Amino acid sequence: MKPQTIKAQPKDAIKDASMLKQKEMMAKHYDRLSDARENGEKVASTFVPGNLNELLMCFDLVNNLPEVNAIQSGLRKQSGAYIMEAERAGHSEDVCTYVKSDIGMMAKGNIGPNGRKLPDPDVLMLSYTGCFTFMKWFELLREQYKCETIFFQTPYMADGKITPNMIQYMVRQLKEEVIPKLEKVSGVKFDLDRLREYLGKSAKAEDDLVYILKSAKHKPSPIDAYFGGIYYIGPIFGAFRGTDDAVEYYRFLRKEVDQRIAAGLGPVTPDGPMGEEKYRLVVEGPPNYTHFRQFWKMFHDEGATVVASSYTKVGGTYDYGFRHDPARPLESLAEYCLGVYTNRSLPMRIDMLVDHMDEYQADGLVINSIKSCNSFSAGQLLIMREVEKRTGKPAVFIETDLVDPRYFSAANVKNRLESYFQMIEQKRSGASRGAAA
Amino acid sequence: MTTPSTSEIVARCKALYEDLNFTTAREWKAAEAGRKVIGFMPIYIPREIIHAAGMLPLGILGGGDNLEVIHGDAYYQSYICRIPRSTIELGISGRLDFVDGMLFPSICDVIRNLSGMWKTLFPEVYSKYFDVPQTYRDEIGGTFYIGEMTAFMHDLEELSGRKITADDLRHSIDVYNKNRRLVRDLYALRAQKPWQAPASEAYLVIRAGMVLPVEEHSELLEHYIAAAGAEDRPIKDNCRVIVTGMFCEQPPLNLIKSLELSGCYVVDDDFMLVSRWLIGDVPLEGDPIHNLAQAFLHHSESTAAKYEPDREEKGQFLVRAVRRTGAEGVIFASPSFCDPALLDRPMQQNVLAAADIPYIAFKYAENSGQMQPIREQAGTFVDSIKLWSAA
Repeated sequence: MKPQTIKAQPKDAIKDASMLKQKEMMAKHYDRLSDARENGEKVASTFVPGNLNELLMCFDLVNNLPEVNAIQSGLRKQSGAYIMEAERAGHSEDVCTYVKSDIGMMAKGNIGPNGRKLPDPDVLMLSYTGCFTFMKWFELLREQYKCETIFFQTPYMADGKITPNMIQYMVRQLKEEVIPKLEKVSGVKFDLDRLREYLGKSAKAEDDLVYILKSAKHKPSPIDAYFGGIYYIGPIFGAFRGTDDAVEYYRFLRKEVDQRIAAGLGPVTPDGPMGEEKYRLVVEGPPNYTHFRQFWKMFHDEGATVVASSYTKVGGTYDYGFRHDPARPLESLAEYCLGVYTNRSLPMRIDMLVDHMDEYQADGLVINSIKSCNSFSAGQLLIMREVEKRTGKPAVFIETDLVDPRYFSAANVKNRLESYFQMIEQKRSGASRGAAA
Repeated sequence: MTTPSTSEIVARCKALYEDLNFTTAREWKAAEAGRKVIGFMPIYIPREIIHAAGMLPLGILGGGDNLEVIHGDAYYQSYICRIPRSTIELGISGRLDFVDGMLFPSICDVIRNLSGMWKTLFPEVYSKYFDVPQTYRDEIGGTFYIGEMTAFMHDLEELSGRKITADDLRHSIDVYNKNRRLVRDLYALRAQKPWQAPASEAYLVIRAGMVLPVEEHSELLEHYIAAAGAEDRPIKDNCRVIVTGMFCEQPPLNLIKSLELSGCYVVDDDFMLVSRWLIGDVPLEGDPIHNLAQAFLHHSESTAAKYEPDREEKGQFLVRAVRRTGAEGVIFASPSFCDPALLDRPMQQNVLAAADIPYIAFKYAENSGQMQPIREQAGTFVDSIKLWSAA
């Protein structure tokens, strides 16, 4: 008789109340998408950076985000098969795996994370911010869905400033292209007051999000601003910005964070409450989603908390002062798109990371370089050098991918991180020896 | 004075191509006090504005296969294309130390981020990310583009200490109109009689325009067209193909030669599109900046890095190029990790398949050395076209 093999089952991830609430919101949204046809709702596909959710809501359009679908496929270990499906159909192994995961998912019936079919979009809202791949991605989807595609270009903030020419260009696009086309697709007349109302709600939620992100200045930090941060940004970067749900969620999360501050607690990890905070880190770059929990474990097992990350700014740089402004609705949408992290020049990104290192009293910088994301990755080695030079603190460079499991080498990543933590220790002991001498 | 022969012209162009110290541009700058050189990367910048400022536009197309990249690789992960690392190498090694400014056109995320790297690495040098509209309505994209060109012009005025007048610009447009006409003539000659102007020669002749003053390059083009047209060269039983995807990182010269050796007549391509991005002459009457904007919006080439607002039009430029040049197939040759080319490729291939036009695809890098696989692929492609289209 063959001996029976018993596979160790991973323990269920431990989640705090806000994470469960967030999960519930996302599940409800996916159900709304799946039921859209039945309920007579129209669907707009769009992207996270440059997401014009308040505007889409003015036309009663339900927002579907292919990037978030790809993330969900990654977390559910389905993206690998989708990517290979897309590669079999002729897509290059060299290009963005979000795109290929999305295309592969489409080819396999477009089944969403709720196990139900996602509807074909009625409109592709190509809001193009900080990444050229978006433009090609929606050209590819347009070929498939043959629906109205609305293009909205955001100029790049190359010189570290927003010029009047940029704002005028974007407002003109909104007034003369985007809004008239959305009216046509949806059959709903644009109402500026409705937009103002949504923008007001966005600003409220943004205030609380900033409070939460800045709470990481406490020692120990009550949040993990990268792995935990991904939960926190989900509603506001996705389909909930401008809604009462988002206002309520961020108020709820803020209270939860306050309780942890009062109790002197660190963040909750999938394996339980965080132990002693040994290292405070800043992370640049998106995470890997196919091994998300394993990746996070490599940090929290070592007592490393991420106190600030650039990834939590891809959907808006609210902690740098930006708020959606009901008094300047279209200009405010333009400024929002211009300011997202990947639309900022490399020197701006370096300044931001250096500021974070100082402001959050971090021990070092981790760069997670994503194989298929040139928008983030090109230039990161220079970023690393500059941040090290300007802060005197050590940095480490690891390489993974967003949703392609072939590019996550757990042993390599773990080895690098372990060596890195030793390096921080050496720096610390060197510094204390220096102080004693 | 005798007109130079084809081989003499090609030898000169090859020397310019191989000179990674940009001696000609250095000499141009040294010949007169106060002269300035502005480098630019692919795909397109309005060189007329630089010329009108009395400066030399210098095309920086990476280091090719003759540059040993030592420093550049330390700035890039293995999964990023070659052109930014060899460009960094050119900068760090001092080969661009005479360049007074660098332009990084809006083409992809890598070149975009390189603009910021340049600012960080060479803070004393003027550098600019040159943004262009991807929406083509006059009152929207046109107004934005005029604003961007005007800002650029003011930057150059500050750099040179001299005002650029409308007449300066008109003169420069006129000079570049002539150059573009000659480039089109050369492409027409090659499409009509590819044995007279092989792609490997035409490439070098056009490439010389990246480093020479435009007036000198136009003269060189005139000489080459005259000499190549007059020369008695044997006609081969080659297959007429278009190569596409090479609009940024350039292929090694050997790759172009290998395509020819494997039986291809390259009758159209997208090498160095800057030299023919604008289709037709830019009008000289009226506001020159407005005219440049109009040409960009309504009379410019199509390529993977450009948004195509009309779904039905997607990829049709290739079908039209095939019809226009009598090509029998298309070769998609893209640099490894080139997002625009590789993301666009499946859509273009679908368009070709619908039009019943054969194609193949492969990747290269600017420093690719091994040409045997490419020769075999291209050779097989040519054989299959010859066999099956005759059937």
